[in-house]
Amino acid sequence: MADRADRPRALIQLRDISRVYGVGEAEVRALDQVNLDIDKGEFVAIMGPSGSGKSTALNVIGCLDVPTAGHYMFNGVEVAHLTPDQRALLRRNYLGFIFQGYNLLARTSALQNVELPLIYKGMGRTERHAAATNALAKVGLAHRAHHDPSELSGGQQQRVAIARALAGNPEVILADEPTGNLDTKLSAEIMEVLQALNHDEGLTIVMVTHETQMAKFARRLIWMVDGRIERDGLTATVA
Amino acid sequence: MFLETIRLAVQAIFRNALRSFLTVLGIVIGVGAVIAMVTVGQGSTAQVTADVEKLGTNMLMVLPGQDAMERGPAGTSMHLFTIRMNDLMEEQLSVIDVSAPMSMGRARAVFGNENRRTDIVGTDNRYFTAAQWDIARGRIFDVTELQAGKPVCVIGETVRKDLFGTSDPIGEELRIQSLSCEIIGLLKSKGASTFGSDQDDFVIIPIRTFHRRIAGNTDVAMFIVSVRDGADTERAKTDVEAVMRDIRRIGRGEEDDFTVMDMKQLATMLSGITGVLTGLLSAVAAVSLLVGGIGIMNIMLVSVTERTREIGIRLAVGAQARQVLLQFLVEAIILSLFGGLIGIVVGLGVGLLGANMLSVPFSPDPQIVLLAFAFSAAVGVVFGYFPARRAARMNPIDALRRE
Ligand SMILES: Nc1ncnc2c1ncn2[C@@H]1O[C@H](COP(=O)(O)OP(=O)(O)OP(=O)(O)O)[C@@H](O)[C@H]1O
Ligand SMILES: [Mg+2]
Repeated sequence: MADRADRPRALIQLRDISRVYGVGEAEVRALDQVNLDIDKGEFVAIMGPSGSGKSTALNVIGCLDVPTAGHYMFNGVEVAHLTPDQRALLRRNYLGFIFQGYNLLARTSALQNVELPLIYKGMGRTERHAAATNALAKVGLAHRAHHDPSELSGGQQQRVAIARALAGNPEVILADEPTGNLDTKLSAEIMEVLQALNHDEGLTIVMVTHETQMAKFARRLIWMVDGRIERDGLTATVA
Repeated sequence: MFLETIRLAVQAIFRNALRSFLTVLGIVIGVGAVIAMVTVGQGSTAQVTADVEKLGTNMLMVLPGQDAMERGPAGTSMHLFTIRMNDLMEEQLSVIDVSAPMSMGRARAVFGNENRRTDIVGTDNRYFTAAQWDIARGRIFDVTELQAGKPVCVIGETVRKDLFGTSDPIGEELRIQSLSCEIIGLLKSKGASTFGSDQDDFVIIPIRTFHRRIAGNTDVAMFIVSVRDGADTERAKTDVEAVMRDIRRIGRGEEDDFTVMDMKQLATMLSGITGVLTGLLSAVAAVSLLVGGIGIMNIMLVSVTERTREIGIRLAVGAQARQVLLQFLVEAIILSLFGGLIGIVVGLGVGLLGANMLSVPFSPDPQIVLLAFAFSAAVGVVFGYFPARRAARMNPIDALRRE
């Protein structure tokens, strides 16, 4: 990894990042001095046993959680120095999330769910409407725009979530087991969507998954055990 | 952005229609109950005052004893009055028009198969003047009937309606306990008093008849005094007190063993009672306000999990805590305003209905309206806002994970 030093600064840099839950006896080191660089345009899969800290790592990268110790530079900015509101701006302008549980607003149409990040971006109504419709079309759900999440299948809900992540026009998409609730065929569909985004639009994607099948869509694979990165390399060689 | 916030808040209100409805309902119940009850209570008080004023300011009542406790139930006082005292007092005071001695009891009045428990008043003709009763049919007592304590009576409209229906009561025999008396007159109806008590529900007989045939003693419960037109009631009251002290041989420095009440005092006393009533109603209203508040609190707390996740989602897509909070605040304010306004309309409506039913004036109190509104609005806003504030201060991931 020595060759990384003379390359331009990575988009995401974790230096000795630890995330500790609880104190004393009950202390859990979800992340234990993790060092990790992710460049713009990479498609990274994170794998590892349950409880190894994959979600925690993703949440720290996504500024949904704050590390207990260490330095996290996003695009050259020390995240630890940001206020909660500034971290919100960072999420708003650079990051898009896809969760295993979709996390869509209930009783709210697909279109309105996708519009949500755009509202906070301060986009006007018509512009927002067009952008959200466009994002839904990209995931093949234009015809379901006015359905509530409860009226959509799991795969469709996850595609709405992807559209929502895309709509904000982020640099990075962070996906935590995006196919965890879906069958193989639907999973493959979702992965193809993500792969296309990475390929065609140069989006950086960091994805946690349990399934080797899904990890194969990524170029780089990180293997975590007990809050540490155990292996890190090209998917083809690591897996 | 502010318009956008309002739009978001309205969206959230409609998205959670049931929760919104229940919140509004809680506020409506709280605000409505308070306004309705206080409106009716204060209407009653106003009515009592008005009624008493209508009775005439030139009427005095003289009662034995110093206060209601001492007087006890009619006729049990230790400082009894007699007819002679009444006549002496009337004689000595030119400021008095008439003064009527009066005794009362309750008994069953029977005619044929019909009977009714009613008030029996023993008095003489001066009572009709002093208490302003007019004769609808027949006549009042004549001198021999009064002197000899003959078995004759004048009845109130309610007694007539109940016992005689459509037939003519004049000349019929009414039985009261062992007394069988001839009905010689019928009073013109005065209708219900403020408290809903029926003023026409009584039978008047000569006081001597009452003493001999009903009471078995010669006690007089009170004097009803009518002050001459144009005379100063306050002055008349002082005069009556002085003369009564004389008649009852109360020495210097000793306290009165009787009470002279004018209508202003009576009004104060009665509005004291309605004041207690208003107090009770207000207590009930306060409870409903509280219940409404607890209802709102419950709904808000029950939905905290869902709302916490909603806040987590909004934070994750880039909302700042204060943007989310502003939305929740606007949402709570809209619901509270809406509920409060409906509550005011409902409360005033029910108050109007209640006032009509009790035939008291409709007198809403703007201060109470404001107070009830402010309280409910505060409950709505506090319980809508503070759980949201806690959620918005969490790490977004903790808000998202909330089960
Ligand atoms: N909020 C929390 N409080 C306490 N401990 C936590 C919390 N979140 C995670 N942990 C602990 O941190 C460790 C890492 O959790 P994490 O969710 O990152 O694992 P994971 O690799 O994503 O597991 P899985 O594959 O099951 O999703 C676990 O031991 C977990 O119990
Ligand atoms: Mg996980």
